[in-house]
Amino acid sequence: MNFATYSPSMYFMEATYLIASILFILSLKMMSHPDTARRGMFLAEGGMFAAVVGTLIGGHIISWTWIIAGLSLGSIIGAWMAVSVPMTAMPQRTALSHAFGALAAALVGIGEFLVNINELGPVKRGALGFEIILGALTTTGSLIAAGKLQGIVPGRPIQFKGQNIVNLATAAAMAGCFFYFWFNPEASAVFYSMLGIAFLFGVMLVIPIGSADMPVVMSLLNSYAGLAAAATGFVLGNNVLIIAGTLDGFSGFILSVLMCKAMNRSITNVLFGGFGSVIAEETHSAGGVMREISLDDAAMQLAFASRVIFVPGYGLATAQAQHAVRELADMLEERGVTVKYAIHPVAGRMPGHMNVLLAEANVPYSALYEMEQINPEFPSTDVAVVIGANDVVNPDARDNPKSLIAGMPILEVDRARSVIVLKRGQGRGFSGLENPLFFKSCTSMLYGDAKSSLTHLAQAVQHV
Amino acid sequence: MNANVFSPAVLIASVYVFALAAFLGYQVISRVPPLLHTPLMSATNAISGISLIGSLVLAGSKGYPLPAHILGFVAVTTATINVVGGFGITDRMLKMFKNRAAAAKKEEAK
Repeated sequence: MNFATYSPSMYFMEATYLIASILFILSLKMMSHPDTARRGMFLAEGGMFAAVVGTLIGGHIISWTWIIAGLSLGSIIGAWMAVSVPMTAMPQRTALSHAFGALAAALVGIGEFLVNINELGPVKRGALGFEIILGALTTTGSLIAAGKLQGIVPGRPIQFKGQNIVNLATAAAMAGCFFYFWFNPEASAVFYSMLGIAFLFGVMLVIPIGSADMPVVMSLLNSYAGLAAAATGFVLGNNVLIIAGTLDGFSGFILSVLMCKAMNRSITNVLFGGFGSVIAEETHSAGGVMREISLDDAAMQLAFASRVIFVPGYGLATAQAQHAVRELADMLEERGVTVKYAIHPVAGRMPGHMNVLLAEANVPYSALYEMEQINPEFPSTDVAVVIGANDVVNPDARDNPKSLIAGMPILEVDRARSVIVLKRGQGRGFSGLENPLFFKSCTSMLYGDAKSSLTHLAQAVQHV
Repeated sequence: MNANVFSPAVLIASVYVFALAAFLGYQVISRVPPLLHTPLMSATNAISGISLIGSLVLAGSKGYPLPAHILGFVAVTTATINVVGGFGITDRMLKMFKNRAAAAKKEEAK
């Protein structure tokens, strides 16, 4: 960089970038506690604002029409999306947001290619290639993920014979274009082929993954979007892009690793998306009779318990029953029952989704317990109430090494003195596995929509 | 910003920045409790909208051809959606996280 040509406005711009970088890091540090998290976000917003103002002042901007149009249009759509989305639809909205951010990175890459490809050195060309590939595949991958979560695209894994070979061939073609472009920057046909293949590859990466694995896919896409922004930083020689992009890339990566651990999946399996995932045959089928319980009996059990743990799953979210569960909990607490909530790390559709849903219903975060904290408490618990959760409470994961989910850490609900399972019907969970918990003698089933069941339970408890 | 070819010194500096950011990111982010993982994801998503500043340059810089400005306009729009939407939704989520006292107070106010 030639500092002799640096004007004061450019120094100002670099200063705003430095401030923005510091604010981003501070804001993520403040995310480590719910009491400071919100203030942290204001810092990040301030950082973003500073970086934008710095760029507008120091970035040799001469034409404002496009900028003002883009900023206004984007703000309106963004604000509308932020206020209009219900909390249960949060995962698909975040996926959509990933798609927009990644698309911006890819477009900046195309622009860079149009404007000064002949002046880019080999390192920046390499970075540009990464930016294009990551940006494009994240865009379409996120759109597919959003579609699956929203139910527009079928949520089941879409797989066909020879899929792995087709995917590998696509990846190889993409890498081939990348290397050809690296050595021949003027080959624009190859550049646009690379872009097109990357868009296609994003679709192929997410299509074979079932909805149950979406938490991992979400955080992986988050990581890709960040890395695309970091690559943009390398192309533009811009440190704030490198720092912010890397922070995002790492946050996504750390979350995917945590998600994998929580589901006992190998990280390689996830890093390659749906590659090699096969629908395995079920090796164990629990048998027996599911014992149904009447509403009044369930209410009686709860009302005279001294310790109750609620185990919410996605069934609670789809039934929008988070308020109903809190009302029931309040009712029980008034009677002197100790109520806790057990949150499995992959409950919901993205990491930590269940916490947000319960927070929406004013459940204090101090009542929410993570798996490691709560598991030792089940043996001394009178009633565990499972609401629309299947796989995260399946004891087969612990007891049956042949099970598809063997080794996956679970909430050890079956160790509680008695278990009430709220469920729509006798169907199986997301993974399609039978759950032996439902056949245990200490377990009873309360069929019906979670919301109405919980509401009726609360009424019944009141009359006990 | 005129240097389109990395001088070795600048390249090395960029790699340092990348490595340090990765290390710092790992340290900071691994301390975020699972309770806040969804807000964390949407917050980092909003921060990745920093591509916005690359888009601004593309949309408004001197001597760029019209297609670049148009690409820049679309990029500014999508990046802004990412930033505004991401921060907006994160704030909405974080507002809901309450400790026991605050949760009780809000219920009374209802």
